[in-house]
Amino acid sequence: MTTAIDSVRAEKPGFRTCSVTGFKVHMPAQRLIIANAVAAVVFLLIGLVMSVLLGLTRWEAVHLLPADLYYRFLTVHGTDMLVFWIVFFEVAGLYFGGAVMLNARLVRPGLAWLAFALMVIGAAMVNIVMFAGGADVMFTAYVPLEAHPAFYLGVILFAVGALLAVSLFLANVIVAKREKSFTGSVPLVTYGLIAAAVIAVYTLISGAIAFVPAFLWSINVIPEYDPATYRVLFWAFGHPAQQVNLAATVAVWYALATLTTGAKPVNEKLSRIAFLLYILFINLASMHHLLVDPGLTENNRIINASYFVYLAVVGSMIHAYSIPAGVEIAQRSKGHVKGIFQWLARAPWKEPGFAALAVSMLIFGFIGGTSGVIQGTLQLNMIAHNTLRVPGHFHGTVVGGTTLAFMGLAYYLVPLMARRHLVGLKWAKVQPYIFGAGVAMLSLGMIWSGIAGVPRRTWDITPSVAVSVPAYPGAEVSLAITGIGGTIAAVGGVIFVLIMVLTLLKGRKMENA
Amino acid sequence: MSSLVSPQRIWWRTPLSREEKIWVAVSVLWGIFMFAMMYVWGSFGKQEVPLETYRVAPETFQAKAAAFASQYQVGAENGIPVVRPPPGSDAYLVARIWQWDPILELKKGATYRLHTSSVDLQHGFSLQPGNINIQVLPGYDYVMTITPDKAGEYQIVCNEYCGPGHHLMVGKIVVTE
Repeated sequence: MTTAIDSVRAEKPGFRTCSVTGFKVHMPAQRLIIANAVAAVVFLLIGLVMSVLLGLTRWEAVHLLPADLYYRFLTVHGTDMLVFWIVFFEVAGLYFGGAVMLNARLVRPGLAWLAFALMVIGAAMVNIVMFAGGADVMFTAYVPLEAHPAFYLGVILFAVGALLAVSLFLANVIVAKREKSFTGSVPLVTYGLIAAAVIAVYTLISGAIAFVPAFLWSINVIPEYDPATYRVLFWAFGHPAQQVNLAATVAVWYALATLTTGAKPVNEKLSRIAFLLYILFINLASMHHLLVDPGLTENNRIINASYFVYLAVVGSMIHAYSIPAGVEIAQRSKGHVKGIFQWLARAPWKEPGFAALAVSMLIFGFIGGTSGVIQGTLQLNMIAHNTLRVPGHFHGTVVGGTTLAFMGLAYYLVPLMARRHLVGLKWAKVQPYIFGAGVAMLSLGMIWSGIAGVPRRTWDITPSVAVSVPAYPGAEVSLAITGIGGTIAAVGGVIFVLIMVLTLLKGRKMENA
Repeated sequence: MSSLVSPQRIWWRTPLSREEKIWVAVSVLWGIFMFAMMYVWGSFGKQEVPLETYRVAPETFQAKAAAFASQYQVGAENGIPVVRPPPGSDAYLVARIWQWDPILELKKGATYRLHTSSVDLQHGFSLQPGNINIQVLPGYDYVMTITPDKAGEYQIVCNEYCGPGHHLMVGKIVVTE
């Protein structure tokens, strides 16, 4: 359907009309989306290589790396995966949701490139320092454990760049509305991305509040940095950063459900309220990292880590209902009405986006989400804190959930933006299953190990020179599952990276696009 | 209409279906139940997160712990004093890279106030077997009131990364009959 207004808009300089989606694509937005997605994939690849080495080190029977490299590569893995891969991809997603999906121009491409430059310089600085051995401090960099000043500075530069990109996205939505690029309310997916952006603003500001004093402390401008204060400030950044991922992941789920099955939001109001619950409550919930820290009252611990976290969990429960329900309604309307589950059996399981959506939701909900709620319980945190249960939880959320959802979206986003056909569709169809199976094994292996008491971030759990050697019943099996699962997941990750790289370089060009 | 395009103008008047209402109600009620359980367990449970904390300079804590160790020392192992505090007393445990100091000998059924703090970096107190984990920070004296209920040898594993020797940081508590 082409209206007069559409054709006028299509003729606007700097725009093209996407032949697949019908979106009016602003060319500067397209270039920025590709640039950010490429940067994301580069850091994903570094993180993936690290993940294999780390998994094969924690697998006691292999124990691949020496201690110093294990701790160094764990720092690289955590930082590149949790921050650089995800945030670069989120920025690509924000420009897509804020410009392309609203048929709008990107307001200030120059500033967006400045944001990109700051992020690349920051991420490169941090990576160089980490690989050079100047920051063997883990992703959390708990003071008074000290890194080279360039580490903190790199993180700050990256955060400033990311904050600029997020602000540009928010400005873009406002300008698009004012210029009538769209009418009425924003689409649900953009709404979810706005929620992610709002959480990102206070997340990144908290990051600056935590890291600027750390930088000043590392160059001896301020003499002391209270470790408990740092932990409060750091987690006001560290956990909300994962809530940015959560909101973005759910937005991507809605997008994938629509793209692969034609699902519509069952109830716009309820889905939007659920996003609002994330914005309102999830930042306070980050206090659950401090449940067994000295210095907090019982009420503080319980109110923040249960009351507020549960209100956010209710948001997730709503999405967990709405997205499958939307898919079911769409499938039934296509005639798959037999019995209770024909709609599910006839779902497009061979479509990479649907496979990614389904596997991602299952792992996020049943492994990541449930383990998070359990471990966030005050008393239970005492038997989970800093054991492998914790990384078991967040590999379920951030890797099985967010990363896989982003991969699913990338199978559509990258070909549409690069105007090239996907290379290796056959591999893309199985990749979500390989990756998902690996992550599920990895997460469950870690959770099982953690229940046995195995500490996280520890090179060797049975040191020979200690005064006493702990025994962790069953850990040799659970850590083997962790190592094997991690390797399978990394294979799935590398397949994804290869598909992306080959599509960008060798993909057949789309006609009329 | 899809989640990728703007919804119809008046989307906020669509009523919730019965199933949606039930789902949301169950989620909210379960959240309230779990919230309440934390307070209920806090009143009736036997194992609780310790709440008692004091600010303490690392040097002060080190001095207190050294005085405590020399007062009740009964031996030494690998250069680390073995200390047997009297039942009901205050015991001190210092975390430093990369050891727990001293080795404590406690009596089953007796109650102790166990002070832990770090004199350098952040550390993690992880009692194995038993799997009790708390954070140990420099500058903070975290007091656990403990009553060992099973005799045997327990390890204190550091589970907060504290540098290249982190995995070597294992201490010991011995509980005697």
